[in-house]
Amino acid sequence: MSGGEARWHGVNLAVACLALDPGGLGGMWIRARVGPVRDRLEDGLKTALQGLKLRRIAPTISDDALYGGVDLAATLEAGTLRRTGGVLADADALILPMAERTPVGLAGRLAHAMDGDGMCLIALDEGAEPGEHAPEALTDRVGLHIDLTDHALTDAPALAIDLGALAEARLRLPKVTVPDEILADLTRVADRLGISSFRAPLFALAAARASAALSGSEEVEEPDLLLAVELVLVPRATIIPDLEADAAEETPPPTDTLPEDAPDTEPQSVDTPPAEILLQAAKAMLPPDLLARLKAGKAARAANASGAGAAKAGNRRGRPLPARAGRMGNGARVDLVATLRAAAPWQPMRRSATGGDPDRIHIRMSDIRLRRYQETSDRAIIFVVDASGSSAMARLAEAKGAVELLLAEAYSRRDHVALVAFRGDTSEVLLPPTRSLVQTKRRLSSLPGGGGTPLAAGLRAAIDLAALVRGKGMTPSVALLTDGRANVDLSGAANRPQAAEDATMLARVMRHDGLPALVVDTGLRPTRGLDDLAREMGAPYVPLPRADSRSLSRAVDAALAP
Amino acid sequence: MKDMSVAGPFPFSAIVGQDEMKQAMVLTAVDAGIGGVLVFGDRGTGKSTAVRGLAALLPQIEAVAGCPMNSRIVSDVPDWVELKDDTIVQKPTPVIDLPLGATEDRVVGALDIEKALTRGEKAFEPGLLARANRGYLYIDEANLLEDHLVDLLLDVAQSGLNVVEREGLSIRHAAKFVLVGSGNPEEGELRPQLLDRFGLSVEVESPRDIEVRIDVIRRRDAYDRDPAAFCAEWRGADADLRGRIVAARARLNDVDASDDALRDCASLCVALGSDGLRGELTLLRAARALAAFDGDTDVTRDHLRRVAPSALRHRLRRDPLDDAGSTIRVTRTVEEVLG
Repeated sequence: MSGGEARWHGVNLAVACLALDPGGLGGMWIRARVGPVRDRLEDGLKTALQGLKLRRIAPTISDDALYGGVDLAATLEAGTLRRTGGVLADADALILPMAERTPVGLAGRLAHAMDGDGMCLIALDEGAEPGEHAPEALTDRVGLHIDLTDHALTDAPALAIDLGALAEARLRLPKVTVPDEILADLTRVADRLGISSFRAPLFALAAARASAALSGSEEVEEPDLLLAVELVLVPRATIIPDLEADAAEETPPPTDTLPEDAPDTEPQSVDTPPAEILLQAAKAMLPPDLLARLKAGKAARAANASGAGAAKAGNRRGRPLPARAGRMGNGARVDLVATLRAAAPWQPMRRSATGGDPDRIHIRMSDIRLRRYQETSDRAIIFVVDASGSSAMARLAEAKGAVELLLAEAYSRRDHVALVAFRGDTSEVLLPPTRSLVQTKRRLSSLPGGGGTPLAAGLRAAIDLAALVRGKGMTPSVALLTDGRANVDLSGAANRPQAAEDATMLARVMRHDGLPALVVDTGLRPTRGLDDLAREMGAPYVPLPRADSRSLSRAVDAALAP
Repeated sequence: MKDMSVAGPFPFSAIVGQDEMKQAMVLTAVDAGIGGVLVFGDRGTGKSTAVRGLAALLPQIEAVAGCPMNSRIVSDVPDWVELKDDTIVQKPTPVIDLPLGATEDRVVGALDIEKALTRGEKAFEPGLLARANRGYLYIDEANLLEDHLVDLLLDVAQSGLNVVEREGLSIRHAAKFVLVGSGNPEEGELRPQLLDRFGLSVEVESPRDIEVRIDVIRRRDAYDRDPAAFCAEWRGADADLRGRIVAARARLNDVDASDDALRDCASLCVALGSDGLRGELTLLRAARALAAFDGDTDVTRDHLRRVAPSALRHRLRRDPLDDAGSTIRVTRTVEEVLG
């Protein structure tokens, strides 16, 4: 079997396992773009899961649709209360396309439903970038992780679903026994793969049980365990296990901690493979670029989850907009005055049409007006500019030009701009966040250059400024413009290794704070080490050897656009 | 599908390890005035499990039947509630989930549009804050909560009063609840104002010890396979714990805090440079609750030592350049001050 075929075989088994134990496995996270491969998998799922009530929901689903609510149109028409049933109460399994666009609120609600009554979720994730994926609140609760991003259609024939065999296996499933040692092995493997969530080993256990039931056995055997490792544990791995070192470490059996386990440490029977075999298999299945992927994903996640102050369009706060006709639900608030105003002209007509109570106001669905607000949080771009001797005066002039250009457009985009310069042995906030062009020009013209490169001091000032900006409800981002390597450390001493270390540490603080950033290398040749610093920041690195103000401003705008 | 209504959630006593988290939750059950718990930690470490287990563990409350805000006696029932009868019933302590992205209307309550439109009545539809009255309000992923909701919760938790002024309504009702928040620090920080408002905070980690991990999986698997049997097995342990909580509540006011204990609290807070008096007060309250839970008559240094990390770690000034976590700083200072 080719790699692709083998993987598709695994997918086929995963679908069958899910059909056997949808509650225990929680569902399936499928990473794939829309296309025939995903269609075949979806078709297979629908066949295998028939008997379950499947409902398709959108990431924009409202609470009313989720939990049920008042059907306002029907209520108004009938004059008595009419309700709609909610999806959560009605369905056994949910299909969520575009799962990567799930807002945290919905993720929380679905997670709650999955924890509470064993709702099964099939998350169709079309995310393209490593950091762009369904919220972890969901992926952690979904047992089977399948990545079909590069799967060829030739390796994806229609899934073979044998409903008869499934029915038999379903009867067998409750009888499948798992020796305690296997439970322990799966936990160990998960641990060695760097998976801290307890859900993973439990899902692996459920998958192994389902697989055993499928193969007609009442005891979990090696192939079942390998499948569980492949479908549940390997996709979650965060470290590549070091087999030899770990084996040496584990030689003293930990019998003293849990005496009741003592019988299990006897020589194992042939059909219970020790954790080592599983680990070796897991290692073989891990993608070679695992660590690089994890790093990229983590940085993107931190940047996405900057939390407070991020731009959002609200319907409860912000600048009021004119009320608009619309449907109730999803948190929208009715503008009563506007609604009554809309209903007023029709009153005589409706009264005579219904022959009804002259004291009652007759309101129809079409009268409902919703309040709308526009809430966007202002963006504040903090320029951190190298004004050291190595940075030619021309560079500084370009940076100043870029700041001015961005500010000139700032009014329409609600941008604020701040400027931190570092030179000599310290940094200085030259311009606190502002939208005033006049003030900026005056301050910029007086910016001198020369001296060492205290990069860390500049970053520190930027971080402090960003915290201040956040406190004011704006969304800060940092644009670092430099052409040199740090040579002055935080204390102001000329110590190159310490300076580099301090800068790296502060870059990590920035990433941890979820502060979006951009590193622009303004040197004539790319500076060694600057791209590493950008990676630590989780920021894009843009070498701009011949930057003029205009291209600089464009690069900043593109990289830091919300 | 698993039927939770029969078996109940995973028993609180069956949670392996996580002693600090369990202790903090028990202390808020003994003295609701401690002011809530914040549980920060990785995914899948049993934060939600503990909160749901706690709900089943707490003693029942007496409340007026049909009152959406669990009023104790009929005269407490606000006039916007239409009571069908005046009977008092036993009901579980409410533990209300506040979902992320909940609208302000759902949280504070709003004009009942349905009644307004169908009957022409101006009626109030109570929100989650009303339902959490006399119980717990649980916010999963508290760090991702929208700012305006955080502000609102802080205000209500502080005053114990929910004020609704909107769409021609003017309603205020009691909303006294213990706030329990959980979150994953990797996904965003909590504002210091909110941090400070929680009485206790704990950091949960996945246990490093592999045998402990296996034990966790073993119990969880046993629960998933047969929830009813598993819960039955742990019912006794849960009942014992409930009994201790009830006894501790009765004893709470008789626990003495000597001047020495007060001085210890103050010295600890000064040494740590924690802001304001809230740290000292919480430390003392938590120590007193722990003493009551232990069946002791006086607050001792041992009690202080055991609650100091939960009561103080989130009140330290954050220093991004200090690599040592706040837990270590608190432990170090406790050792220096209390010996």
